[in-house]
Amino acid sequence: MADIKNKKEKDPMVLFVAEEKEPLFSKKNRKLITDPLNDDNPITVQVLGICSALAITVQLEPSIVMAISVMAVMAASNVVISLLRNLIPNRIRIIVQLVVVAGLVALVNEVLKAYAYDVSKQLSVFVGLIITNCIVMGRLEAFALGNGPWKSFLDGIGNAAGYGLILILIAFFRELLGSGKLFGFEILGHKGVTLAESTGLYALGYENNGLMLLSPAALLVLGVIVWFQRSKNRKLIEK
Amino acid sequence: MNRESNAYTLIFAVIMVVVVASALAIAATSLQPLQAQNIKIEKMQDILSTIEISTTKEDAEQTYDKYITKVVALDQNGEIVVEGQEAFAIDLAKEYKKNIDQQRFPLYVADVDGSKYYVIPLYGAGLWNSIWGYISLEEDGNTVKGTVFSHAGETPGLGAEITQDWFQERFVGEKIKDSNGEFVGITVQKGYSGGNNKDDNAVDAISGATITGDGVTNMIHERLAYYISYLEKQNTNLALN
Repeated sequence: MADIKNKKEKDPMVLFVAEEKEPLFSKKNRKLITDPLNDDNPITVQVLGICSALAITVQLEPSIVMAISVMAVMAASNVVISLLRNLIPNRIRIIVQLVVVAGLVALVNEVLKAYAYDVSKQLSVFVGLIITNCIVMGRLEAFALGNGPWKSFLDGIGNAAGYGLILILIAFFRELLGSGKLFGFEILGHKGVTLAESTGLYALGYENNGLMLLSPAALLVLGVIVWFQRSKNRKLIEK
Repeated sequence: MNRESNAYTLIFAVIMVVVVASALAIAATSLQPLQAQNIKIEKMQDILSTIEISTTKEDAEQTYDKYITKVVALDQNGEIVVEGQEAFAIDLAKEYKKNIDQQRFPLYVADVDGSKYYVIPLYGAGLWNSIWGYISLEEDGNTVKGTVFSHAGETPGLGAEITQDWFQERFVGEKIKDSNGEFVGITVQKGYSGGNNKDDNAVDAISGATITGDGVTNMIHERLAYYISYLEKQNTNLALN
């Protein structure tokens, strides 16, 4: 018992020294960013953050806004929790994490409302989705509580990028197949009221797939992405 | 101090709550004037956009003063209860929650190169959250000049599309009264087949956004109903003159 306690108290010191010797972008640190993009993707492998992947992937634009916001929140909250990791009482750590995330998001929202009103109007829908995003809490709990600030920062960026990548992929297919647009531009031609008024694919009788606009379509697309990823990446197949 | 003791936990929690709460409180109060100004300018821009006047953030206030000649607020019977600055400051979201006999109904009167327009604020419920907007009527109190809609949390790509120009343009030229002169509002209709027909009190809905569309229909019908008597009175005065 005494041994464990001793080790625990020394831990931050050891980490600190080790970090100083390690180059900023060592192979291990680079892996913190690249792993979540494929081998350890938060959505397709860890199956976290599905709720927001369903809610906002009808169009590309909100998905990109969401990806950027989650990246900012995850990087910042990971660093804050990592700095506080030796002070946070174990029994209330989840509450502390929640307060840090919610506080950061609320603060940024207030600042945006005053100085970048248009951006804040776009983001207002996402504020709740970011605070309750399981990936944010998951990384705080699994990584930031046990690692230094720089590593936690990289981990936050990496996981948010992995999350955003899948979000954007799903949104690409849903917007293209569901409304024939990308970023709001009609790229499959214009659908008029009658066939004669239509152009592009619509003039040939093509119809948008209405199912793609509904939430279940996100799960279908996600399923295909997981399937594709596993067939390419043998490591992920469970024996 | 032992990190696992009750005292430490309690002290940590208290300090954390105080720090976070005061940071948020300071941010909220110090930024409040800027936020209020942004909201006011957005309101002016919304009102002006329904009568097809586009503005930038910088010139919104000037343009508003130039074109909006009168702001009044009516009671449920169409009698004027307040005028001017006080009427402009009415927050429809708060008003909407009151009993109908205590509500005030703001009305903005615009004069654009001799043509008179009535701009009426709207407020109602969509699928997930509130929706609101403005609708402007021409001097006859019947033909729609323009609309603008906004929402708090409708689904992106579906209900949220009510903020797009192509949807709002469908209302232009529509009538809020039927051929007998009875007030019927404008219906956002599923499977609409009228094309560009402006005389049927209906516009085409957005696929996949039925409930938001119904919300728009109800909002227009509910809110406009309180203005009809005032607008008709204005027109009879006009005829007498």
